[in-house]
Amino acid sequence: MKKLLAVSTALTAIAAPALADVTVMSWGGSYATSQVEAYIKPYTAETGVKVNMVDADNPATPVKAMVEANNVTVDIADVEYADAIRLCDEGMLEEIDPAMLPPAPDGTPATEDFLPGALTDCAVSTIVFSTVFAYDTSKFPEGPKSIADFFDLEKFPGKRAMRKGAKANLEMALMADGVPAADVYATLETPEGVDRAFATLDKIKKDTIWWEAGAQPPQLLADGEVAMTTAYNGRIFAAAVTEGKPFAVVWDGQVYEYDLFVIPKGAPNLEEAKKFLAFATDTQRLADQAKWISYGPARKSSGALVGLFMDGKTEMGPHMPTSAENLTNALPSSYEFWVDRDSELNERFNAWLAAN
Amino acid sequence: MTDTTAPLTTADGRPLKAALAAAQSRARRKAFFLVAPLLLFVVVTFIIPIGQMLQRSVYHDGFSKEALNLAAWFDANPEGTAPDEAAFAALAADLRQMKDNKSAGEAGTRINYTVPGTRSLFTSSARGADKLEPPFKEALLAQDKKWGDPLIWSAMRAASSPWTSDFYLIATDRARTADGGIEQVPEKERIYIWLFAKTFVLSALITGICLLLAFPIAHLLATLPMARANLLMILVLLPFWTSLLVRTTSWIVLLQGQGVVNNILVSLGLVSDDGRITMIYNQTGTIIVMTHILLPFMVLPLYSVMRTIKPSYARAARSLGATSWTTFRRIYLPQTLPGIGAGALLVFILAVGYYITPALVGGADGQLISNLIQFHMSKSNWSLAAALSGMLLLGVLLLYWLYDRLVGIDKLKLG
Amino acid sequence: MALPVYADPLERAWYYAYHVICTAIFIFLIAPILIVMPLSFNAEPYFTFTQKMLTFDPEGYSMRWYDLLLTFGMVAPDAARDGSWWADVWQNATWVKAAKNSIIIGFWSTIVATVLGTLAALGLSRSEMPFRRIIMAVLISPMIVPIIIIATGLFFFYSNPCSIIGTECGRLTSTYTGVVLAHATLGIPFVIITVTATLIGFDQSLSRAAASLGASPSRTFFKVVLPLILPGVISGALFAFVTSFDEVVAVLFIAGPEQQTIPRQMWNGIREAISPAILSVATILVIISIALLATVELLRRRSERIRGVTPQ
Repeated sequence: MKKLLAVSTALTAIAAPALADVTVMSWGGSYATSQVEAYIKPYTAETGVKVNMVDADNPATPVKAMVEANNVTVDIADVEYADAIRLCDEGMLEEIDPAMLPPAPDGTPATEDFLPGALTDCAVSTIVFSTVFAYDTSKFPEGPKSIADFFDLEKFPGKRAMRKGAKANLEMALMADGVPAADVYATLETPEGVDRAFATLDKIKKDTIWWEAGAQPPQLLADGEVAMTTAYNGRIFAAAVTEGKPFAVVWDGQVYEYDLFVIPKGAPNLEEAKKFLAFATDTQRLADQAKWISYGPARKSSGALVGLFMDGKTEMGPHMPTSAENLTNALPSSYEFWVDRDSELNERFNAWLAAN
Repeated sequence: MTDTTAPLTTADGRPLKAALAAAQSRARRKAFFLVAPLLLFVVVTFIIPIGQMLQRSVYHDGFSKEALNLAAWFDANPEGTAPDEAAFAALAADLRQMKDNKSAGEAGTRINYTVPGTRSLFTSSARGADKLEPPFKEALLAQDKKWGDPLIWSAMRAASSPWTSDFYLIATDRARTADGGIEQVPEKERIYIWLFAKTFVLSALITGICLLLAFPIAHLLATLPMARANLLMILVLLPFWTSLLVRTTSWIVLLQGQGVVNNILVSLGLVSDDGRITMIYNQTGTIIVMTHILLPFMVLPLYSVMRTIKPSYARAARSLGATSWTTFRRIYLPQTLPGIGAGALLVFILAVGYYITPALVGGADGQLISNLIQFHMSKSNWSLAAALSGMLLLGVLLLYWLYDRLVGIDKLKLG
Repeated sequence: MALPVYADPLERAWYYAYHVICTAIFIFLIAPILIVMPLSFNAEPYFTFTQKMLTFDPEGYSMRWYDLLLTFGMVAPDAARDGSWWADVWQNATWVKAAKNSIIIGFWSTIVATVLGTLAALGLSRSEMPFRRIIMAVLISPMIVPIIIIATGLFFFYSNPCSIIGTECGRLTSTYTGVVLAHATLGIPFVIITVTATLIGFDQSLSRAAASLGASPSRTFFKVVLPLILPGVISGALFAFVTSFDEVVAVLFIAGPEQQTIPRQMWNGIREAISPAILSVATILVIISIALLATVELLRRRSERIRGVTPQ
């Protein structure tokens, strides 16, 4: 027994973590990889500060729980817009003074260099990402062209996958049902509009698998479990270009929004977190990220620096959610809508999902 | 020891009765002291945490601690009073307070639980609260006409005390009306009662399948010679000892669209390549995998009861002319009832609270109530998660009590 | 169960059908556990038997997924496999870290559960024990109460455990202590059940004999009682260890990034992208469970032998 105790104590000593100076919580998979490559590695190389990466399905959820339980273990979290606003309103985030952010190389202050709305009281946008739908080109040589095709099982038979949640699904359903992008949120404000969205979802409900983590949809496509899936555009791009999977993205009916960095209240290493945040959101870093994943940088000055993918041959422009040809029928996600309606519509979504 | 007329005493002269009683109570104390450390441990790490959590199902101070002025107005005016200028003045004062404390979001979230779509009403009004001038009623209604909605006032009244039954109302698919009454929510939004019912029905179904599968093999094991029975018993015990996640992984590998079973069916030509059967990420998946995981809990009690049934009764019945079916039905089956009861109750209790398997293989329609509790936990709607937990716990404890009455907890055996 | 001589043809048919049914049920029980083993040696990243595997072509098999268990998460997986490579594995490989955590947490929670549980079982098996039934019910309840409810309760409690005495004293979430205490609680019912079962066959007159010969209570316990109930105690401890080793929900709720265990890591893997690496972990875990099961079975037989209980 004594021997065992000694061994176990030794194990404890070894397993005790080398304390990371900054902990970042992000969405895992190829997106987290792009952040490690574009922000974390250069930061560690420049400052010697170690940065730890932790994965979550949606970092806003654990962050809220951590702050409320007074139990914060991360310094920076990567969250969606509506969540950034909501958490900020509830006093769960540190406020971020835009003056601490570096200006563009030509001296334009950060407040003007970031895209409109990309800076909020508590959050700094890094990228623009999009929820799109993607399909397996080996299954559909004459691929689907519009968002309506995603909901059309007769023309395009096969299983579907969608994110398990109301957000983006309801918008896509309405656009598929013929609502112009500009009217989507006005329609969703009405009970009839919500019914209409669910009625469209009903058409494919029986043949749909529901994913939760962003890494799942490319996997589902690759395994042949589904023929079409909604996904974050960067994940599909990464699988198609780096792994050579036969995946294609359909931009029609895409729902795009910012992804932002926030600092939770009570972050263990506040000062280090701020330094890292300023470094990670400068012009070059944001542009570099596009080398690793097809998300658009949130700074105007980064746009010009975006070049080729890390394979050295793929032009990134056409794969960005914000490039002109992808925006013909696209919807900017409305945080005002989701801040208010999130719990109600998710409740309804759960009820709908659980009913046979 | 001494003569029979004097009261009995021990060697040192104390009355025997007293000495015995003292010894008895010493023994009781000793026994209790052995149990006490563990009891204390379980109370601290188990009972108290669950008790604290359940308190959240009836206690939420997100709104009440920020709305002191409104609370005072609600106290002074009975239910059904239309909000007057004083009420709006109190609201304006509270909104200013919320702005200073940065707590409008929290307070709004509390009201949003019962009246969806009101969260931003609080955040936006609090943002402009400093500019509000009397008369406050007009000022607030000009800012947002929703403030005139009696439903919101009724919800604020209910939330102005931290002690609330709101979360149990939500958990039973009911809502407050504007005049303070209670009604069912529209049919499309009803989920909890239905999901509780579904959890119980699915658990009963799984228990039934487990019984059907466990009965023949428990019978076989009980009638085989000991050495061979022990060997076959390993086939029951190995799954019992194997990690839940390993078993779940295996079933995913077996049952998924491109999995082993579908591949065999396709290669045998039983189904076409496009017509692969969906056996996982749905209710079927939950049922198959949970049956597999819970089956040993049914086999073991059945086996231990069947082992004690003497074959001579059955032989006697046969020799008296009963058919084999009658013998089974009238002689054998009744003797196995204690085992059936013990196994079925245990499997049912465990199934009702299952979380991991439905979460991993249940897809959309194979989710149970535990999964919804987790969902609300992750959305930080802790009070609702606690209310649902409270209802589930009540059900499980009733079943546990039943188990103790019918079977006895000390009869619980493992392997 | 042999077929009786007086069986009629229908009964004969039923007799054979019955054996077929039983075989099918046994296959249902065991096949899923065995199927992962060959698949974990798949050379391709698929979850089915490839043509090469079916023809036993050595090329169809490989150890690559086991190798991935070592290299995944390493700083320099491609370096030469010398001492510093193994140091890198030991320090950084994700699955190795998870295994270390599982063992540390499993070890300590087993110690806590076994010591407290055995003491309590000794008390509970005495006829003088007051409130025996209700206390037993309380102590077994962690096995009955849905884990999601326990984990939810612990999540709040651990964020400020001193709230019960009205002060603040740090937190237990994201600590090894927190996970160990939670797992100990979950393991206790198993220790109680196995040890009380052993004590039912225990002859109390043995300890009275020891006492009458002048042995102190602790000497009686260690020299007389413990050796006799040891098989039950060890079985209980193994149950407690397996409970901790297999537990994922409490870890999901209360552990931090530093306390990731094997089941937690598997949970991630199953939910996001099940690579065959998961199957190689599963295979290793199945082998561990076979070893544990064999140990428990041997102990049970030994216990029956030394207590003179003849196997039925």
